[in-house]
Amino acid sequence: MAKVLVVTSGKGGVGKTTSTAALGAALASSGKNVVLIDFDVGLRNLDLVMGAERRVVYDLINVVQGDAKLAQALIRDKRLPTLSLLPASQTRDKDALTDEGVSKVIGELKEKFDWVICDSPAGIERGATLAMRHADVAIVVTNPEVSSVRDSDRIIGLLDSKTERAEKGERVEKHLLLTRFDAVRAGRGEMLNVADVLEILSIPLLGIIPESSEVLRASNLGSPITLNNPASAAARAYFEAARRLNGEALDVIVPSDRKSLFGKIFGRRAA
Amino acid sequence: MTTVASPRHSIRFHGRSYHAMVLAPEPPLANWLSDLDAWLSRSPGFFFGRPVVLDLAVLQPGKQGVAELLQNLAERNIKVMGIEGAEPSWLDFAMPPLLLSGRQANSSPGDHPPAAVETPAPAPLSNSVSESAPDPVSEEAGASTADSAAIAVPQTRHPNSLLLDNPVRSGQCIVHPEGDVIVVGSVASGAEVIAGGSIHIYGTLRGRAIAGSRDSRARIFCRKLEAELLSIDGLYMVAEDMPAHLRGQPIQVWLDGDSMVMAQD
Repeated sequence: MAKVLVVTSGKGGVGKTTSTAALGAALASSGKNVVLIDFDVGLRNLDLVMGAERRVVYDLINVVQGDAKLAQALIRDKRLPTLSLLPASQTRDKDALTDEGVSKVIGELKEKFDWVICDSPAGIERGATLAMRHADVAIVVTNPEVSSVRDSDRIIGLLDSKTERAEKGERVEKHLLLTRFDAVRAGRGEMLNVADVLEILSIPLLGIIPESSEVLRASNLGSPITLNNPASAAARAYFEAARRLNGEALDVIVPSDRKSLFGKIFGRRAA
Repeated sequence: MTTVASPRHSIRFHGRSYHAMVLAPEPPLANWLSDLDAWLSRSPGFFFGRPVVLDLAVLQPGKQGVAELLQNLAERNIKVMGIEGAEPSWLDFAMPPLLLSGRQANSSPGDHPPAAVETPAPAPLSNSVSESAPDPVSEEAGASTADSAAIAVPQTRHPNSLLLDNPVRSGQCIVHPEGDVIVVGSVASGAEVIAGGSIHIYGTLRGRAIAGSRDSRARIFCRKLEAELLSIDGLYMVAEDMPAHLRGQPIQVWLDGDSMVMAQD
């Protein structure tokens, strides 16, 4: 049975799109059929992060409005045949999305794929609420800082009230993905630590992604970190998060990016 | 002699609820009035000092009828404090005001105020009645008992607390004017809990807790104080005003006269 997953946060710039791409690629490389939908109509980015920006012909709005068939708009990833992308429109705005249209598209995608991953726009307006509307599972992306945590808390409240599942009296499975985590700065008290964030949000932890320049580099290259540099700490954290999404029980370790003596000596030369 | 300028206080408005007896006249009015007289002859002084509300939903007397009915009741020394179930056009300015949103006191427990604070009848009303209510006019004894006077004496206290099993998230607002609110979890920054009675938070209180909108004896309890605002019965305190040493502590807050008192639990 296909699962609809929404990657959301409330606040912008915390790593929703990066995490959508990285988790999507990680799930797809484990053999699942995965489609990523960009709901950030008017400010689309997922195509860039996926390196598919030159192949966009039709988009989500075209499909919702019936101007294009779903198969025409889906872009299959060149690196992973099990990974597809449904891009957002850059020229339209979020009002072009309708509830019926979105639910029809998601219904069709659920027949073809194992995971339907919706990349939510920031905010709590139409785009974000439509992205979460049909979700079975939600990943709340949070940075270890107070404004991000409060916005995430607000989004969790919306997930419990505004989704289709909530309206039917069921629950959306919610997971916390802590991104841009720097253990050293958290230890010095410059960032919230993991326990603080978990205490405030009180939802299960899916993974902790360490702050890493590798992530930014991968995004700029148009390649999810899990494909671009699978051995990096961030990519390993995403792979583990994907395994937890598939139901594996793995302990979440707080990444400390400890370098071996070998790495310290040769690290610079190797990079 | 110089006068000391006292600091001006802003005017505080309180909500307050009272129990009133509802008289619901039924057609034909003449029979109903004779039943009422029979009741009054057996229980003289029954309406002494009691607020009475007139429910006209059944009788539907019209503008003229309302005036006559009020006259009839006044002759029996029944002073009406408000009218329910009437068209606004029936009433003129000299008549008692039209009341809405009245609720049955015995059928829905907890609508009455939880504590004794609100039980005394309003002073002005009881005075005005006592001046003019020596003994009711007695007429012939009727056969029926006066069911029409719905007597509200529900003094038993029913549990009417709201228990929340989940944390209250930022942006959510829990409003429970009828009693206590118990949260098994935390109240997030930017969330709000409003209760008629006390508020109990078995977790961290980071948002706002507004207690005692109907009860100045209400208290706020929390396991860990990180609140943005605390309020009881209209008095409030923002985070800046809270004693620094109580931050992060389990506390309770209550009202001592016109000031909020906070202590570690």
